[in-house]
Amino acid sequence: MSTTSTPVKAERGVLTKKGLQADHPTWCPGCGDFAVLAAYYKTLEKLDLPQQNIVTLAGIGCSSRFPYFVNTHGGHFIHGRSLPFASGVSLGRDDLHVFVFGGDGDGFSIGGNHLDHAGRKNFNLTYVIMDNFVYGLTKKQTSPTSPQGFKSKTDPWGAFDRPTNPMRKILSSGATFVARTHATQIKHMMEMYERAAKHEGFSVIEVLSECVEFNKGSFDEAIPRKGGKFEIIDETEHDVSDMPAALALAEEQWPGRFGVYYEAKNEPTKNKLERDLIEASREKVGHKSDKALLAQTFASMR
Amino acid sequence: MPEDSSTQKAVREEHIRDAVIRLAGNSQDGIQSIGGFLARLAGRSAQEVMTYMTIPATISGGPSIFQVRMGTGEVLSAGDEADFLLAFYQHSYENHIGFLKEGGVLLYDSDHVEPDENDNRFVKVGVPISALTVEALGGSSREKGKNLFALGLLARIFKLDVAKLREIFKERFGSKAEDVLRNVNLAFDAGFSYPIDNVLDRYYNFQQEGEYEGPQQVTMDGNTALTLGLIAGGVRHGAGYPITPWSTIMEMLRQQLPKYNGVFVQAEDELAAAAMAIGFSYAGHLAVTGSSGPGISLKMESLGWATMAEIPLVVVNIQRGGPSTGLPTNVEQSDLLQAIYGSHGDCPRVVIAAQNVEDCFYSAREACEIARKYSVPVFVLSDMSLASRIEAFDEPDLEALMIEPTLDTEDRSADFKPYDLERITRHAPPGAWIEGGVFPQVTGLEHDESGHPSANPQMHAKMMRKRREKIQKLADELPASQIYGDEEGEVLVVGWGSTWGPIRETVIRERDRGRRVGHLQIRHLNPLPNDLGEIFARFEKILVVEMNDEGLYGQGQLATLLRARYCNPAIQSLCKTDGLTFKIKEIMRGVEAVSPSHAPSK
Ligand SMILES: Cc1ncc(C[n+]2csc(CCOP(=O)(O)OP(=O)(O)O)c2C)c(N)n1
Ligand code: SF4
Ligand SMILES: [Mg+2]
Repeated sequence: MSTTSTPVKAERGVLTKKGLQADHPTWCPGCGDFAVLAAYYKTLEKLDLPQQNIVTLAGIGCSSRFPYFVNTHGGHFIHGRSLPFASGVSLGRDDLHVFVFGGDGDGFSIGGNHLDHAGRKNFNLTYVIMDNFVYGLTKKQTSPTSPQGFKSKTDPWGAFDRPTNPMRKILSSGATFVARTHATQIKHMMEMYERAAKHEGFSVIEVLSECVEFNKGSFDEAIPRKGGKFEIIDETEHDVSDMPAALALAEEQWPGRFGVYYEAKNEPTKNKLERDLIEASREKVGHKSDKALLAQTFASMR
Repeated sequence: MPEDSSTQKAVREEHIRDAVIRLAGNSQDGIQSIGGFLARLAGRSAQEVMTYMTIPATISGGPSIFQVRMGTGEVLSAGDEADFLLAFYQHSYENHIGFLKEGGVLLYDSDHVEPDENDNRFVKVGVPISALTVEALGGSSREKGKNLFALGLLARIFKLDVAKLREIFKERFGSKAEDVLRNVNLAFDAGFSYPIDNVLDRYYNFQQEGEYEGPQQVTMDGNTALTLGLIAGGVRHGAGYPITPWSTIMEMLRQQLPKYNGVFVQAEDELAAAAMAIGFSYAGHLAVTGSSGPGISLKMESLGWATMAEIPLVVVNIQRGGPSTGLPTNVEQSDLLQAIYGSHGDCPRVVIAAQNVEDCFYSAREACEIARKYSVPVFVLSDMSLASRIEAFDEPDLEALMIEPTLDTEDRSADFKPYDLERITRHAPPGAWIEGGVFPQVTGLEHDESGHPSANPQMHAKMMRKRREKIQKLADELPASQIYGDEEGEVLVVGWGSTWGPIRETVIRERDRGRRVGHLQIRHLNPLPNDLGEIFARFEKILVVEMNDEGLYGQGQLATLLRARYCNPAIQSLCKTDGLTFKIKEIMRGVEAVSPSHAPSK
């Protein structure tokens, strides 16, 4: 898995695809993750954010190799904990644009609890779950989204356990922007990324990204050129602020619909609430210096 | 000894150097708060003070004690035995009479306690504390206020400074409703004016060694001192999950940090807390996470990442009895090897241990300095006994000690490498522009100098050495170890963490009886100081005292490490896991066991 290519030098203030490219991806040829990466480059170019303020983070998995392939500040953390790690980055630094990538095992299994709490807390960051319904990096074990009957190395007779419903899980986490897209639909992916990036709060996108090695053809039913149907949510009919309607979409028959399921625009972020608390606290202590404050605490213990 | 008030006796005054007072009741009686008042009073006088506190493992009610040792001069340990026992209930009397010295004073609430008539080892003084408190407060508040009545009695017996006590009440209750402070004073006055000399034939008076002229003293418990040390060390960010006895630190940080432009997050679990703290640090703000017992185990994978990715971090472990949920409200020092080795892989990091309440402040602050300087996680070990024990110590000089945090997002030059093999890692946090336009990756995979994955075995060996050598460099920079007492001789008593007080007192006593004994308390446990081998060579025996199990091979955790490093069979181990701090006599017995005294004691 070692990588050799040297990244192309980026220029300050000019965001280009070349300047965003880093190591050549180590994914298998044909892996859906390439397209997820390409759409990320393009979205960043379009958003034209200061490159040094973009942070690309991930957990562990094939999909989580992402940061090495992007020339931004990057962090490759541990399996399942990318969200709390990224939450610290986001909460510590309001000037940063934090993007997190990872797989279905990373997000729904080992890290499942963190998704619920990042949702509750509404950290300001964007989380992309590259869902391939399988454990790719560890070579084909059952994942939390593997359908029942899926033959894996841990369930050669076909998986027994009922799969997690990804959209229902994300919606119930309290995430304030929830969308679904497909790695074969670059434009749609870009649109979802852009809206997620612009959303103030915890935005989560499920991208169906095929693992050609261990789960080939799994998403064909959503690929028109393979006879499937890529049905986009019509937002003139679906009110994105309507949670019951969003949950109803999540219950639709496979392959379901794509687009924005839910968006709560005015839910305050944890970042803002903590910032307000700091401002109120600073006000209350008369904006004293840290040293004066601590000295005052010691004086009260005399 | 008289306990009968019928005959009036001449009251005598005894000058004493120090006194151990044990207050025993139920937790809802406010035992802890009178203990706190006494401790603070002693801190404001010329006296030293050390307290000992047990709280029941369950939260609602239940037996509770507070022991305060006040004295002039240095008070080193909470005291093996009490000079004075105040018992509120029959169970308080029965469970604690064994801790009272022969000839000591048993003061009891005669409304609840019936002491054994045939036991004449103590001076028994019964006062109807409950009834008199109800009377003083007009009967409205049931038995609330008993603690203050008792404090009044103690103030009378020990000739405490009443004006200073009233000041402390005012600070504590002044902001509450007016009648709260009034009731406090009423209950206190009722106790203070009780004619105790009718039943007790002596007053005590602490020997005053003239007016105190040293630095201003502050009085607080270990967890508070540790929290303030983190703030002085420039920590403004952190995350944690509640667990006793770590929780009070996270509560204080949550309440204090916003005033300092910071934030502390109560995370969903310790896995998230560690990850989030690392996120803050990666973002350029040195952060803290902490826990006790099982919570520390949950953090271990993330801590391994922080060593690998070379991220500065402070990790606090307030140790308690383990394994598993173990003895959640008892003291133990059984997490040393976990702190050093508890993550998978070869994972060097720094471990320091606070030796008393004052040192909780200094250790925490030092941990912040080391974490930044070496870009590494640093464990601060404290324990249950230090967490809630109150001590008075010299107010730290913030002019010299305060570290103001800075966020360094300056541009980095084109040759910037996050994992430069020739230098100690200094990360460029996000926001920093890199002149070459190549941004760094921070990772837990083995990597090359730029942070890109490398499975090359030579690179792994080089990076492993880089991570190890910076810790060795820290060892080179540690100050020389300080020995108390004899610099060479029969026995060197070695400890770490909160055993400092009882060991020091033991060594003083041993030397008083003519033995050539020294005390070395090791604060830096990983890396160990470089001068230990040479020090050990000067003693016939090295006795390592620690509150953990002797293990499969007969040695405690520090003793195991020291034996492994120095291969010195003179290193012997004294261990225990009874959930209580060491008594002086236990350590004296240990010294005797490894080095029998030939000369009769003086
Ligand atoms: C604590 C821990 N447990 C297990 C692993 C092994 N592991 C690495 S990736 C992975 C699952 C990857 O699946 P997914 O998250 O769906 O990502 P994908 O490879 O499919 O993109 C597992 C089990 C690990 N790295 N860490
Ligand atoms: S194993 Fe599957 S998920 Fe991993 S790179 Fe190959 S195709 Fe992609
Ligand atoms: Mg997967």
